[in-house]
Amino acid sequence: MTLMTPDKSQENQQPTQWEGSLEELKGLVSERAFTGETMLLNMGPHHPSTHGVLRVLLELDGEEIINLLPDVGFLHTGIEKNIEHKQYEKGVTLTDRMDYLAPMNNNFSFCLAIEKLVDLDVPERAQIMRVICLELTRINSHLVWLGTHALDMGAMSVFLYAFIQREKILRMFEMISGQRLMTSYMRPGGVWRDFTDEFYTALDSFLSVFPSKVDEFQRLLTNNPLWIDRTQGIGIIEPETALAWGVSGPSLRGSGVNWDLRKAMPYSGYEQYEFTVPLGEHGDVYDRFYIRILEMYESVKIIQQALKKLPRKGPFRSENRKFVPPPRAELGRSMEAVIHHFKLWTEGFSAPDDEVYVAVESPRGELSVYLHGTGGTKPRRVHFKTPSFMHIAAMPVMSKGHFIADLVAIIGSIDIVLGDCDR
Amino acid sequence: MSLPQPKDPVESVKAALPTAVLDVTAFRGDTTLVVAPEQIVAVCKYLRDTPGLVYNFLSDISAVDYYPEYNRPGRFGVVYHLLSMLYKRRITLKTYVQEEEPVLDSVVSVWPAANWLEREIIDMMGIDFNGNPDKRRVLMPADWNGHPHRRDYPLGYETIMFSFNVEEIMKHKPKATE
Amino acid sequence: MGVVSSKLGNLGVVTTTLDQVFNWGRNGAMWPLLFGLACCAIEMMATQASDYDMSRFGMELNRASPRQSDLMIVAGRVTRKMAPVVRQLYDQMPYPKYVVSMGDCASCSGVYNNYALVQGVDEIVPVDVYVAGCPPRPEQLIHGIMTLHEKVRGESIRNWAS
Repeated sequence: MTLMTPDKSQENQQPTQWEGSLEELKGLVSERAFTGETMLLNMGPHHPSTHGVLRVLLELDGEEIINLLPDVGFLHTGIEKNIEHKQYEKGVTLTDRMDYLAPMNNNFSFCLAIEKLVDLDVPERAQIMRVICLELTRINSHLVWLGTHALDMGAMSVFLYAFIQREKILRMFEMISGQRLMTSYMRPGGVWRDFTDEFYTALDSFLSVFPSKVDEFQRLLTNNPLWIDRTQGIGIIEPETALAWGVSGPSLRGSGVNWDLRKAMPYSGYEQYEFTVPLGEHGDVYDRFYIRILEMYESVKIIQQALKKLPRKGPFRSENRKFVPPPRAELGRSMEAVIHHFKLWTEGFSAPDDEVYVAVESPRGELSVYLHGTGGTKPRRVHFKTPSFMHIAAMPVMSKGHFIADLVAIIGSIDIVLGDCDR
Repeated sequence: MSLPQPKDPVESVKAALPTAVLDVTAFRGDTTLVVAPEQIVAVCKYLRDTPGLVYNFLSDISAVDYYPEYNRPGRFGVVYHLLSMLYKRRITLKTYVQEEEPVLDSVVSVWPAANWLEREIIDMMGIDFNGNPDKRRVLMPADWNGHPHRRDYPLGYETIMFSFNVEEIMKHKPKATE
Repeated sequence: MGVVSSKLGNLGVVTTTLDQVFNWGRNGAMWPLLFGLACCAIEMMATQASDYDMSRFGMELNRASPRQSDLMIVAGRVTRKMAPVVRQLYDQMPYPKYVVSMGDCASCSGVYNNYALVQGVDEIVPVDVYVAGCPPRPEQLIHGIMTLHEKVRGESIRNWAS
């Protein structure tokens, strides 16, 4: 399929025609599209409310959507292929750039896979630190989702309020990792550095204020009649259909399926925290919206519990020197440390020629990593199953029979990130 | 409501479909069933529908290329990760596909979610799936040649520009005009 | 401007050159195209949101249509699949138009030296200002736009009206 490009020679004769082959759409759109009874309309990849570069081919009867064919890949970066050409630890940097709203989750899932592949331990304290970062990332991601979702529906001010809070989180990330967005903070065996003192102060003040700010967002939206009109009863997906289509995360819980990997198959010590998994009833846009709002409160609860457990001093990375480089200070004292440092940063560590699979609950849903080693220092294959990919695949199920304006609400409610989808 | 007792997936599949399971491997606590390629749909259906197993959620389908080592029964491995939400456990199915004829049966009839995951493999690995309703490329442009995730497909590395080779590179580097 | 407003009094007459009026107008309301590709787009959103507030520089409106915009901020990696779209959007923008290449990926494809990406967006559209960083901080983007303003201020109407 090529784009409709204006051809100068034909400009005066006829309007621009569809240049893609209609043949390949046989069986995907209804028969009426071929007779011209329904209209095929292109939406995207440059469209303000497709959250990036999603292209959707719509078959419309009037304004009603008969069929919908999502077209992704406009942001396919070849990250999986690039990781195959890098050593394990260096691949972590690339995973940030997949789901750029939740970089820590990507780092974490990839590190978890490496740790499982080489059987590397993670100290208890590092696990708690990871949980704090993961939940902060979840809040961060939900704030962007809230802002853009509301913006798409015409509520401008929520975007501005949400980004004030988000900046605070980004500043905290900067304190611990030196970067605002692409943190690369999680490394195999733990995290890169210890939390700084200013981070604790900033986190405390953030946590004390944030729940009241979410209340503020709720006052703007939750009972707003306009918002309710736009969202309730739109984009309904039944629980059975959602499961069959591989929908996960808040979008699945919006349909009332009680499935959260943090609760059901805990990792990184999530079983030690008390939190509830908010559930919806109807599986519409409003339920998915409300669940994410409630999840922000739950994340705050988890961070508060984790902060109570977290000792201020202690190990933040594994002591296994075969996989984890020694701290800088040791290099001046120990020859062995120099050797380890040199080996790890030039050659890297090797992993067995076998495969592992881990799945974590990212803000969008189940993010899973399939990692296959070669026996050498580079992986044979990395595959990320990303929630956005599955959600875009399930979009036709949700949006058939709705108007285009509702499609914008549906795209917002499944919280897609195209970098996450295309990788 | 009482749940049916969980069954051992390996034993039940072996009993129900004796020719399907070629091998069972375990690594770091994960069980992998190596399944005969022609039986993959039957095994998936059995694992989904049998009480006591109920692997109702398709987590992932991914493919791995063993080029250039050929130390496995086939060049490609296609890996299915299933999840049972009822019993909170996972299982991995693996099939090997030959280089000469990379074709498998599609499991779209079992889980519609497989549609796009298979499309990605068709696009990126060049393994065909019989019965997939939509075989257009999903990630790469429609007119792309080759399957980028194969191990014999080059990464497409471009020489990095330094002051000693800048002239050489700028000679053939495209430059946009107004 | 070549005149100081406090000196004008109630005359209501300003003498200046046409160049300066044009450039003042173009700098004061340079509307960027609402065009986000990847990670950098999130930082671009942050630049426009409350804390950094790019509308201080006359950029509060992000036009969704290329026909109404003067500035294209290529925020993120440009893939080979996306490249024709980027070029078409550029072609649809009216003159005078400017391009800021935001981030390493757009400038030279950054960490991804591979099959999928265009190795620098300057292969498909002419770029005025490159902003480094992965992703650049909002301050960096604002600095890049200030640099562009400086460039625009130095332009002359004779060069583009011909």
